[in-house]
Amino acid sequence: MDVKELRSLFPALGRKVYGKPLVYFDNAATAQRPQSVIDEWTRISVESNANIHRAVHLLSEEATEAYEAARESVRMFINAPDRSNIVFTSGTTASVNLVAFSFGEAFVSEGDEVIVSECEHHSDIVPWQMMCQRKNAVLKVLPTDDTGHLKTGLLDSLITDKTRIVCVTHISNVLGLVNPVKDIVRISHLRNVPVLIDGAQGIVHTKVDVQDVDCDFYVFSGHKIYAAPGTGVLYGKRQYLEKMPPYMGGGEMVGTVRFSGTTYAPVPLKFEAGTQNFAGAATIRPALELASQISDDRELDRYSCSVRDFLLDSIMSEARIRLYGVPDDRDEKIPLFSFSVDGVHHEDLALILDKMGVAVRSGQMCAEPLMDRFGVTGMLRVSLAPYNTMEEAVYFMECLHKAISMLG
Amino acid sequence: MEKSLQEVENEVVDEFSMFDGWLDKYEYLIELGKALKDYPEDKKTEDRLIKGCQSRVWLDCSIDGGKIFLNADSDAIITKGIISLLIKIYSGRTPQEILSSDFSVVDRIGLKENLSPTRANGLVSMIATIREIASENL
Ligand SMILES: Cc1ncc(COP(=O)(O)O)c(C=O)c1O
Repeated sequence: MDVKELRSLFPALGRKVYGKPLVYFDNAATAQRPQSVIDEWTRISVESNANIHRAVHLLSEEATEAYEAARESVRMFINAPDRSNIVFTSGTTASVNLVAFSFGEAFVSEGDEVIVSECEHHSDIVPWQMMCQRKNAVLKVLPTDDTGHLKTGLLDSLITDKTRIVCVTHISNVLGLVNPVKDIVRISHLRNVPVLIDGAQGIVHTKVDVQDVDCDFYVFSGHKIYAAPGTGVLYGKRQYLEKMPPYMGGGEMVGTVRFSGTTYAPVPLKFEAGTQNFAGAATIRPALELASQISDDRELDRYSCSVRDFLLDSIMSEARIRLYGVPDDRDEKIPLFSFSVDGVHHEDLALILDKMGVAVRSGQMCAEPLMDRFGVTGMLRVSLAPYNTMEEAVYFMECLHKAISMLG
Repeated sequence: MEKSLQEVENEVVDEFSMFDGWLDKYEYLIELGKALKDYPEDKKTEDRLIKGCQSRVWLDCSIDGGKIFLNADSDAIITKGIISLLIKIYSGRTPQEILSSDFSVVDRIGLKENLSPTRANGLVSMIATIREIASENL
């Protein structure tokens, strides 16, 4: 497949903004959706709209089938051992909150420690902070160096016999560097500490094999990998999922309910209380089918590497631009670039670029500790998807120069 | 006679209607931003800071003879340009005058996206603060 063919699958990419073709470079925030995903959502809503797992009628059966087929497609995509390892949630944030709460209830007590990295998104910091407050536990931080690489060498010395879990992002949404998650898991497991990986970006840009990485939890959002918003995944090892109490109580997550007490459904349903976003979840299947097709396509891969390299070289060669997340080796960098321009505010750049048709992100990007780490109030971020083209990248660089010269 | 607040608002809107492209509008705002009178560094304090996810805005208010005087600054130049317009319109006015405005002027000059309340933007909070100060001093 070439990039043109790929683009034709995404109706939103055809739109214009302010009379100019849209250049969508905010893919790390959310990806555009292919027609197959839109069609699946419509199909469920038109043909098979019924509550899942409950009724015996045909519509309910079809909706349940689509939902469970999506679960199977997630299992395959990340090579989980079993479907029961896959819990559907509303997104990365919901998955982390679920683990922080339920794992915290089961395994964390006063004086225990949780380790997060300095480059985490707020959604992999705040839930842990909340749990630590509730449990009187201590949150410790694994720092990054000036190039944005995690100081993995410090991890072993940060872990104590009080450490209950290590939480790191696979790829920071600011730095765009693939973290050595396999090493992190190995180091942590040698000390008998489980690891949660925030895969919100990792799932989009790397091939994930949870058994190979051997992580204990892997979480991601559907909407960043072409599926409907409000969908998400929690992969967890059975040994933990089974010991963790439910996060929410309600319908569907129960075995038997008596006023004298309730037993819970087996995993994963134990964690899926209430009516689920079944129309959304069903779209994960076509979304992951396309994602697999893209990642297996050599031509697309070569192309998107060339676009990434062009942007990396262009940005690195500008004296006025400071890039955060500088790779030692190109292949550890995803096509995501956060930077600041000397003497120019990120918001001004984003406003002007928007008017030129280029959608970028500016601000703190939900990673305030990282902004503090680099001593900035915010950054400008461009994040590309496989459907972005070299022409768009070239146009972006032109627009960036123009915006910088307007701003003086 | 002194111009009414609404007259100044209309003037600003007229001024902006001369530009048909956003580029010219932004260039003008950047100019206004650069020309905004110096805001004293020692007044860039936490309590005067209106923090947004994007640009930071410092707002200093004083009341003299029943009128509210505004001085403000931002680290972003386009926001600073808009601040300069707001000062032109709202500074040196009575609380009654300020509250008689619906603050739609930024929208009317076609800069609505700078003021989206769902965006953590210092400017939105700045307008809210000006209104608050006006109500407190009625
Ligand atoms: C690395 C990372 N973690 C977590 C999140 C939160 O994802 P969501 O808002 O979909 O829950 C994001 C996305 O914004 C992200 O990029």
